[in-house]
Amino acid sequence: MSVLEIKDLHVSVETDQGTKQILRGVDLTINEGEIHAIMGPNGSGKSTLAYTIAGHPKYHVDSGSILLDGAEVLTMTVDERARAGLFLAMQYPVEIPGVTVTNFLRTAKTAIDGEAPAIRTWIKDVRESMAKLRMDKSFAERNVNEGFSGGEKKRNEILQLELLKPRFAVLDETDSGLDVDALKIVSEGVNRAKENTGLGLLLITHYTRILRYIKPDFVHVFVDGRIAEQGGPELADRLEDEGYDRFLAETPVG
Amino acid sequence: MSAASTSTAPTSSPTSSEALPTAEQHGIKEHSDGRFGFVPVQTRSARFKSFDVADFPAVTGREAVWKLSPVAKFTDLTGGVLDGSAYDIDATPHADVDVSWVDRTDARIGTAGAPEERAAANAWSSFETALAITVGGEEAKEITLTRANLGSAPRAAHTIIEARPFSQAVVILQNTGDARLSENIEIIVGESANLTVVTVQEWNADAVQLANHFATIGRDARLKHVVVSLGGGIVRVNPSVHLAGQGSDTELFGLYFADAGQHLEQQVYVNHDAPNSRSRVTYKGALQGAGARTVWIGDVLIGRSAPGTDSYEQNRNLVLTEGTRADSIPNLEIETGDILGAGHASATGRFDDEQLFYLQSRGIGEIEARRLVVRGFLSEIVQHIGSKPLEERLQGAIEDELRGTEGN
Repeated sequence: MSVLEIKDLHVSVETDQGTKQILRGVDLTINEGEIHAIMGPNGSGKSTLAYTIAGHPKYHVDSGSILLDGAEVLTMTVDERARAGLFLAMQYPVEIPGVTVTNFLRTAKTAIDGEAPAIRTWIKDVRESMAKLRMDKSFAERNVNEGFSGGEKKRNEILQLELLKPRFAVLDETDSGLDVDALKIVSEGVNRAKENTGLGLLLITHYTRILRYIKPDFVHVFVDGRIAEQGGPELADRLEDEGYDRFLAETPVG
Repeated sequence: MSAASTSTAPTSSPTSSEALPTAEQHGIKEHSDGRFGFVPVQTRSARFKSFDVADFPAVTGREAVWKLSPVAKFTDLTGGVLDGSAYDIDATPHADVDVSWVDRTDARIGTAGAPEERAAANAWSSFETALAITVGGEEAKEITLTRANLGSAPRAAHTIIEARPFSQAVVILQNTGDARLSENIEIIVGESANLTVVTVQEWNADAVQLANHFATIGRDARLKHVVVSLGGGIVRVNPSVHLAGQGSDTELFGLYFADAGQHLEQQVYVNHDAPNSRSRVTYKGALQGAGARTVWIGDVLIGRSAPGTDSYEQNRNLVLTEGTRADSIPNLEIETGDILGAGHASATGRFDDEQLFYLQSRGIGEIEARRLVVRGFLSEIVQHIGSKPLEERLQGAIEDELRGTEGN
């Protein structure tokens, strides 16, 4: 069984005002098949955790480690991490002008699997996944994320999640900016991917809304760069009622 | 002669330089093209023009139209004797498209524009016969004209492309082999015609081409103009479009890929001279290798005669290696306030790191990701050409150019 372990992770970024420490000792273990929700107020470092796992060059790891089945992820390049089985569904997916969704998906699938997918089954898989995510066929020939609405970009992320079949996926505020219909469609896609591949999920969100459709096994409250409290799904219900004030009151400003 | 080169502020019909606001008053700043605070007093349409080479003084390289070009490398074209005879041309036949050589006395010659510099005037004075491509018929069609045997002696050429009223066609000019060429191409788009002209430069490595395209567009007519410059030592293609008829429309696209030592230049001029005219200018280039040089100048003039104008021009350059230089100079001159829109944009930069991160986070290796981004960057232009076979062939040609990037 696969396991993703984050151990005492400290991360900083360079800003105009100098080095800013964001993550201050994160410990988290996710087993295959588990759904972990990370919840927290704005600026608590949730997205930093997501991007650090994926290897974005902006974030400097000062100490700690991330292990995928015992192998150190932090020394891998961004693409090596993806090929090792990690996936990040981004909050703001970028546009890639001139690269069609079809071309992009096939190139990524080929890179992840180490060989080109068999054409007939691949085309069928892409079509079926798109249909289930209620994406019009025309998306296949459009340039990646170019002119997509916020909801369309999120569906495109989940399309990739379904097709690339990672072992662990981090969903960075996938629910933000979605209306309830789009939220249901996207959540169904995530649940389907989990059913089909048994992947482990790290669900990063500000709101509890998405947890109505994707049921977490564990909930972690993220405050000021570390996990302040953890528990089961009932913790999310409590946050829904009380908000983050209880945690913020304990946090020194700055 | 001093031409517009720096300001994006509307020139409010200055009668003398004293009439202009001072820099302090309006915050006018010079761009980085070395004009040192010079504010243009001459409207773009007022540049000196002549069909006769003798009317132009010898080229020094300090002229606005030449200052970014390696003029010492083609003195034969700006000042020497040019062979103006007919040359080999290979054209795909079509019942509604006539391709023939015509005399200098042909009534169409000189109706679309006139030379503004000496190489163009030299070609105009020197050509003995003009190639005329006359498009009729309302159905969509595509023809390709190939020049492959121009040779390495200095030569002049003159071409007329006329789209008769209501006609429709894609005309592809394919250029390969050797060349030392100065030429003028007149494009006459009749009322409600829909013409696409694509000129593809895939010359041999030491070829020199100085081309001026003059287009005039009639009422409710449309011209799509595409410049693709990949091969050649010095390639300068300057399209100038006169939106002369009400509701006329033009889209000007350019794609260039400069390798080590290559000079690829384009000076684009759109003259809005009729109500409700529309223009879009989009040029994109990539540069790789020591001494790769590109120049883009985009002039847009919105005249008093052009209320309701809708205009936008942009140039984007992607720098792939050290040691390259891209000049990008957009100029926008507006003489009427009654317009729908006018804008310009210019950006020259390295890879977008966020695009690279996105692709790599999907397992795609760095080299492949870079190739995808560059291919995508240039494909935006290719996708607009409107000829599937040519689009596919050019994608392949871009792949070939990109293969030269690896190892850098």
